[in-house]
This record gives sequence, structure tokens and C-alpha cells, in this order.
Amino acid sequence: MMTFNLALRNLLRNRRRSLATLLGMAIGSTAILLFGGFKTNISYEMHTTLVRDGGHLQIQHRDFYLYGSGNPTAYGIADYTKILEAIKNDEVLQKMVVMATPALQFGGIAGNYAASVSRTVIGNGFVAEDVNRMRMWNDFGVPSKAPLSALEGASEDAAVVGTGVARVLQLCDALKIARCPKPEKEQKAEGAAIPDDIAQLSLLETPSVSASDGKAGARIEVLVVNSKGAPNVTSLEVVRAEDRGIKELDEVSLMMHFAKLQQLVYGKSPPKATSIMIQLQHSDQIAEARARLVPILSSFSKTQPLAVLDFRELSPFFVQTMSMFDTIFGFVFLLIGSIVLFTVSNTMNTTVVERTVEIGTLRAIGLRRGGILRLFVLEGALLGLFGAVLGATMALSLATLINHLGIHWLPPASAVEMPFTVAIWGETSMITGTTIGLILIAIISAWWPAYRAARLDVVEALRHV
Amino acid sequence: MADQEDDLEPAPTGEQAAVKQGPVAVLTQVEKTYQLDSVSVPVIKGVSILVRHACFTVLLGPSGSGKTTLLNMIGCIDKPDKGEIIVADTKVGELSDDELSDFRAKNIGFIFQNFNLLPVLSAYENIEYPLLLAGASAKKRGNRVPRLLEAVGLSDRAKNLPGQLSGGQRQRVAIARALARKPKLVIADEPTANLDSQTGAAILSLMRRLVERYEISFLFSSHDPEVVKAADDTIYLKDGVIQKIQRKGVGEAS
Repeated sequence: MMTFNLALRNLLRNRRRSLATLLGMAIGSTAILLFGGFKTNISYEMHTTLVRDGGHLQIQHRDFYLYGSGNPTAYGIADYTKILEAIKNDEVLQKMVVMATPALQFGGIAGNYAASVSRTVIGNGFVAEDVNRMRMWNDFGVPSKAPLSALEGASEDAAVVGTGVARVLQLCDALKIARCPKPEKEQKAEGAAIPDDIAQLSLLETPSVSASDGKAGARIEVLVVNSKGAPNVTSLEVVRAEDRGIKELDEVSLMMHFAKLQQLVYGKSPPKATSIMIQLQHSDQIAEARARLVPILSSFSKTQPLAVLDFRELSPFFVQTMSMFDTIFGFVFLLIGSIVLFTVSNTMNTTVVERTVEIGTLRAIGLRRGGILRLFVLEGALLGLFGAVLGATMALSLATLINHLGIHWLPPASAVEMPFTVAIWGETSMITGTTIGLILIAIISAWWPAYRAARLDVVEALRHV
Repeated sequence: MADQEDDLEPAPTGEQAAVKQGPVAVLTQVEKTYQLDSVSVPVIKGVSILVRHACFTVLLGPSGSGKTTLLNMIGCIDKPDKGEIIVADTKVGELSDDELSDFRAKNIGFIFQNFNLLPVLSAYENIEYPLLLAGASAKKRGNRVPRLLEAVGLSDRAKNLPGQLSGGQRQRVAIARALARKPKLVIADEPTANLDSQTGAAILSLMRRLVERYEISFLFSSHDPEVVKAADDTIYLKDGVIQKIQRKGVGEAS
């Protein structure tokens, strides 16, 4: 207690120097925490977006993730309705699951016959009501809201496409898409147009379309290979174009009603789904839910190998992005930690020189070398503690300010601007980790000067002027 | 470290105690040489002395005579190159650094020329510090420190920081700190050098009284022949060699 008392009073002895060191540490701590808060915010935003779009877990055919893009419908899950029923009836899962809904993916060609353009697309069929409910998930309380799918309440032949698809298929005017430049010369878009006979056939199958309804320009024809390998064509009414953020995805994305797509792909065959999306109440329930799903799926896996993948496995981009941010965070911590190390070390070295006679006196009256070492290390640790606490306080205050400024930014791979916020409040582990880290750095910084002080010759120390 | 007895009441008279107990420090053929770059400077040359128990011993000699070096070695903060030093019946040359620290804490008090009080501690806390080092209980500390403050006449200055005290008052606090653990020997290196003559005389008188009251040996250095009047024993040192030793009531010894 006396050592603590002495260390504390010695810090207050040279207030200006202690304050300068504290401020250095506090600014370092603030910088680390603000960057950490920004990183956490990115993580929460991406996490939330992925869970809103595809749920926490997806049940898929074991090979769908790796090979499904070549022929998605070949990896359909039979009896998916029974699986959904089993999930719904499981007493453990029903407490955790917010939504369990099927999805069907396909690869095909979309064309605008009137404009003689077409392009390959990757389509998804889903239950719009379920997906819109999933888009309400916000376990982390992120400020951004997901736009609801326009498919909900739309006609059964409705479709939503990426703005890139709309652009290539020359639907910008019909869909009133802003910032959609037209080519200088009217040329046929790249890619083969749908053969005339298929387009004609499609038009014949959709008698409801007429030039007089005002939406003829927003209709597209979609060619799908059905489950038996035969082509099947339908006409869809594009109700909205949505920017998907990434150009490559934006130019192939097509979404439609699950039932309509099933009809197109499976016809009169037993309908399937390529995945079952499961959204949970909280992300920390993933492991428990997954473990619970395994025995349920085993009874459905006799004829089809099924797998449960979480959103991280399905989105390597998320893992890679967060890994990159973690690396940058570590690098920033290392840089700031080094500055703190030298700042505290410099302060402690000066203190030791100034207090050489005092060290000699303490040693003379019976304080062991270990006592001197403890005294100066404790002073460094207290500097670290106060600096880190001050830094955390400054970071929390700045975070509050930034979060209330209403700044927006466009993150990479995002179609919509998001609020620029830093998530520090409530991030106990990050604040504690940074505080402990800085205290440890301060202790390490103080150790060498303290060791030097402890090794001082008593007589030489007493003679020091 | 075990705490010493809490008794600060006057001990039997110095004369009686000195007769009953052996010397508090014995030096035998002690030599010390400092190495200044490539030059060896012998500072203490074969000194053999005996510091009597409960006596006021003055080490007298001009500057550079080796007084401080000799005090440092007897105070166990420096080691001789040759010879043997026994303090409080312990061969201090055989002790490790930590053992020496503990030994000093228990047996030796220090009074420095520049007082060397801890500036961040009050007068009370400065005196209490050696007791804390010894692990004395709060009760014992609470009992002993006020009595020491009273003994040095600073009861009303207990809460003052050293910076708020005069030179003489600081030295009184230093004396009380040196006596806190009731050591066997108090080493004082020119304790009056930084004080005016009147204050110096008062400090000298105080130390003299404390020797008699607490049965503690005081060994202090000076180059002022006036202090001899207050001393029981006077050791004359010149160029690292003992010139003569004068003991009151005993006469001159070689």
C-alpha cells in the first residue's frame, strides 16, 4: 500500500511531465479505440447485411457450395418442406429460429426481345414475405436499414434485377433508373440474343403482357434449363432494379418468386430448393443451432448428402475483409504501442535520473532492490492505467460525437450509403483489451529504467548531484 | 523481518549499557581503494577501530580524509576491498545484497547532510516509512511515530511536507526517521554541515540526548573540532589512516 501511495504521489510530483505522458498515451489509446470502433462497425454492418440476406445458417446439398454454380438445380434438396417442418417443430430450434425459408438458385439467360439484347444471369427464387422479415434482423443495432424486396405483394411473374442487368437489357427508362448512360450508338449488347423462336414462344406463353399496360418495356424473357435438361422460358415483369454494390454481381442478379421459379425449373416433377436459409435470434446461437440441426438432417440425408454452412463459410469475402481489418488494427496497435513504449520509457528514465539520490536513500534505509523495481514499475503501470482510462473516456466521448454527426459513407461492395459510426460503447472486450494492452506496454516500458534504478550503487546514488 | 519492541522509553544510562554490552561495530584492517580511470586512489588504509555501544562517536578529519567512505562501510552501503567489518555482531561482508538491505533496515539508521527526506511524504510519513518497510502494525506505527515526533520537537509539524519545513526541522525529521526502528547504530554524515551554527548546535544537542535516552550508538563525521566537546569517543582520521582515538573516561587509545 505504501509503495502504491508513494508511486501515485511521485506521479503527481511532476505534474507537467506526467500530464504530457498521459496525454500521449490517451491520444494513442483514443486512436486505437476509434479505429477499433470503426472496424467493429464495419464488422457489424457486414455481418448484419449477410444475415439479413441469407440467414445465419444454410442447409444445402453437400456439394452445392463448391459445384452448384455450374448447375444449381442439380443440387436441389428433396423433401425440403419436411425439413422445414422438422425445424419448426423442434422445441430447441423454435426458440432460436426467427425464420427458416427455402431458396432456389438457377443459372440462365435473360433477354429483352424488344431491344434484341440478352445476357446470362444468376437468379434466385425466394419467398418474398420471409425474406423481407429476415431483412428486419438487427441484433447489433446498426443504424442502416435494409431495403425491403419489391417482390412482396407483387404479381407471381414479378422479378427484381440488378441495375447492371437492367442497363444491359436497356430497361433503364422503363425502370426509371438514374445515372444509367445509354451507349452512343445503338448496338446490340454483348452476348447472344435469345433465339427468335424461343422469344416468340415466351411471348405466346404470357398473353397478359400487352403494349397498352405501360409496362411492356419492363418485361424480360428468362431462359432456364429445367431439371430434365430441357430449356424452359418465361416472361417476367421487372418491378424494380436494385444496385447490388459489386458490378459483377449487379450485372447478373435476378430475383423472382420461389414458387414461380420452382414451376419453371421442376415443372410437374417434385419441387426442390437449393438451400434452406435459417435466421436465428442471435449470432451466438449458431453453434448450438448447428449442433441441433445435424441429427434432424441425418434422417433426410440417406438419399442426399446435406450440409449446414454458416454465413461466414458462405461469404469468404466477409472473413477476408475482417481479417484484413484485424491485421490493420494489429499494425496500428503496434505502431501506437511503440510510441507509448518510448514515451513512457523516456519519462521513466528521466524520473530515475532525477530521483537518483532518493533511490540511494531508500536503499540505505533498507528497501531492497526488488522494492525499487516494484516502485518504478508500479509508477509506469499507473501511468499506463490513467492514460488508457483517459484514452477510453476520450474515445467514448468522440464516438458519441461522431455517431451523432450524421456522416454517411459508401463502403466497398455496398450499393447504399451507410451512416459513418464507430462502435465503442458496449464493446467491453475491446476497451478492456486496449486498456490492459497499454498498461502492459507501460509496464514493459518502465521495467528497464526500474531495473536500472534497482541496480544503482547505493553510495553512487547518494553522491548524485 | 520481525518488528522490534515498541519501547521508546529511556534506556538505562549509556555508561551502564556500554559497560554491559560489546562494541556495536568492529573494523579490522579495513582497506578501500577507488579506481579513477587508470589511477588507483587508496582512501582507507588498514583501519581498525571499535565503535562502542550507546556512545556518541565522532569521526573527525579534514575533507578527503576518508570519513564518508568509512561511514559508508560501517553503514553497510559500501564494502571494503580488504579487512573485516562486524556490525551488531554480524560479519556484514558475508551478507547478500538483500540481506544487507534487511540488516540496514533493522540495525542501522541514517542521517544525511542534505536530510534526504522523501519529498512526497509528510514528516509523519517519512518517519513511518522504515516501520512500514519492517511490516510494523498500524497500531505500533501509530504509537511510535507521534512519540518520535515529540522527541524531536515536531509534533505540530506532522503533516508538513519536507518542502514546508526549515533545514533544522528537516534534519529533526531525518533523525526521527533514523530512530524509528530503534537501530543499534545511527550513521550521520556531517549532519550539521548544511545548517547554521545555532541550528547545528541544537541538532547536535538533540542527538546527544537521544543517545542517552534510547541507548543507541551514534557515529557521525565532521571536520568541525567543536563537535568533539559533545562526543564520547573521537576518532581522528587523516589520509585514510587513524591518527588517534580519544575516549572520554578512558583516555587516548592508538
